[in-house]
Amino acid sequence: MTDLPRSQHIIASGLVAAVGITVTYLSFTQEPAAAYLFPRIISTVFVVLALWTFGKAVMGRTKVGNGLTAHAMGRILPGLAVALIFVFWAAKAVGFYTASTVTFFILLSLYDPAPHTEIKTWIKRILTTAGFLVVMYGLFAMLLNVFTPREVFF
Amino acid sequence: MEFLAYFGDVFTPINFGLLLLGTIGGLILGATPGLSPTMAVALLIPFTFKLEAAQGLILLGAAYTSTVAGGAVSAILLKIPGAPANIATTLDGHTMAQKGQGARALQLSFIASAIGGVFGVLLLIFLTPMLAKWALAFGPSHLFWLAILGVTVIGSLDSSSVVKGLLAGCIGLWLATIGFDDIMGAQRFIFHDSVAGGINVIPALIGLFAIPQVISMFAKGRQRLDAEVLSVQKHPIGEAFREVFRRSRALTIGTLTGSIVGLIPGVGGQIAGLVAYDQSKKLSPERDKFGTGHSEGVIAAESANNAMVGPSLVPLLTLSIPGSPTAAVLLGGLLIHGIFPGSDLFDNYPDVAWTFINSMLIGQIMMCIFGLYVAGLAAKVAQVPNAVMAAVVLGLAVFGSYSVQNSMGDVYVMMSLGTAMYFLERFGFSAAPLVLGLILGPIAEANFIQGSMIANATSGIGSYFFTGALNLTLIGIVVASVGYSIWMELRNRRYTTKDDAVAKEEALS
Repeated sequence: MTDLPRSQHIIASGLVAAVGITVTYLSFTQEPAAAYLFPRIISTVFVVLALWTFGKAVMGRTKVGNGLTAHAMGRILPGLAVALIFVFWAAKAVGFYTASTVTFFILLSLYDPAPHTEIKTWIKRILTTAGFLVVMYGLFAMLLNVFTPREVFF
Repeated sequence: MEFLAYFGDVFTPINFGLLLLGTIGGLILGATPGLSPTMAVALLIPFTFKLEAAQGLILLGAAYTSTVAGGAVSAILLKIPGAPANIATTLDGHTMAQKGQGARALQLSFIASAIGGVFGVLLLIFLTPMLAKWALAFGPSHLFWLAILGVTVIGSLDSSSVVKGLLAGCIGLWLATIGFDDIMGAQRFIFHDSVAGGINVIPALIGLFAIPQVISMFAKGRQRLDAEVLSVQKHPIGEAFREVFRRSRALTIGTLTGSIVGLIPGVGGQIAGLVAYDQSKKLSPERDKFGTGHSEGVIAAESANNAMVGPSLVPLLTLSIPGSPTAAVLLGGLLIHGIFPGSDLFDNYPDVAWTFINSMLIGQIMMCIFGLYVAGLAAKVAQVPNAVMAAVVLGLAVFGSYSVQNSMGDVYVMMSLGTAMYFLERFGFSAAPLVLGLILGPIAEANFIQGSMIANATSGIGSYFFTGALNLTLIGIVVASVGYSIWMELRNRRYTTKDDAVAKEEALS
């Protein structure tokens, strides 16, 4: 058993088991049946293993997995939120290059260990962000000719 | 000796330029902690779209080879292994650098890597055509079992928990069934427009390997890299060559261990270095010196982790079963060019296959030459703050996924799978079996359906899938690998796994 509270393992394995049950249910109820032959076999093994894992978690016999401490989660959340907003909203709504440049700058400001109080730090961050924009534009727009959503800006 | 006929193709200006680019870029990427060889190769795939198949593979192969070796730079000079494969190098390499022998350690590391790597690629050259001919005898039932074997072997050997490894493999197999069914044309499990056409392998690979690394970097917070780059004094290269051959026991143990480990699907380079280091220590009369800056430790570890590169591609090129996560990514690189590896690869695309393999052979030597010159720069790049690396990798992952089909759906899939994988990894699930399931799922299903049709018209499903020497051998290997892993888990004496290697890496850094 790891040092983590049992509840963390129960939640994680419970979510996997829920997916397994849903997949199994859909595999055995959807038509045409012939199209679901292979998914039925897979989902049966999937749900058995998922329930086994869930059972072990409930009984407190989970041996592997370091889980997440509240401290680690606190450090992850701001960056993850910025990344998710970038991918699921800003990239399309604002434009790929603008959104990625703003995201890059925010992530740099959030996680760069350099002190926030020094002007030199901010100049360095702005220059690094500008360098990132130039490299990404050069690679994807000019070298690979990828046409990205440009929407409000570019 | 067919490979010799295609040797010249490696030296065309574009091919050689790409080899050079992949080698130098790979050395620098490999030295960067947090950028694993698999992730580096996955992020490079979008850049191969505009290249010909052989050219794209040359770039990916060179990056694979040199990222593994490049990880030694930060292991030796910073005490931070560039990848789990370089953990064993840290043990003696960094101590040598602390004693002012950094250049010697780097030279020994690159020379041993090149020798091990060349041996591994020679194995690939001679084993692959033989196995490919043998694979011609495979029918749908055998290919079905092979696909299942690929998932179960990696699921049971690559993870610390057999059940969680197999469960991850099942999740991958299920993800592969999303989209249109090939036989009936029915839509399956389409819960969002983004997956209407199924899950594209390339964005999935990028997400599964890159996004967990990005989130791991977030988890470190505003951490300053305090590691000091140790200075490198000059050391005569000729002396390093003589020392490597004088330490032939360590070199032989490393090379052979790496080659054997590479051939076993699912084991891979993460543990090749550690196993070779351990064996070399046990068999050395100077075993007391290991850990105190002994050159045998560096030679054994580095020859092993590069020797496994070639053999790890044997199952991929002969049976279309990727034996490692990086091989799975390379399979993605082949698939985007419409090339499906397998028994007829060397008949249908000999130019692509041999040019790729030959380039890996030349790449090993170039990696040795350039490694020594790039080491200083690579060590500086390795000090780039986590914040910059995380933002750069996120940007590359998003742009790279989008460029596959100019589709936002691919970007959503990449991010969703990557984020879910990070949390799954924290609870003992591994990305490798999931990726293998995703890639081998269509092969398993197509051959299962084809086999079922043949079976219904002839002997019945039971006898078609469960009789015959080859079927029984493959089923035997599946059962043996799962059984062995369960037995080891029950005895609580699990061998070194990728998870252990990653844990050791985290402890070191």
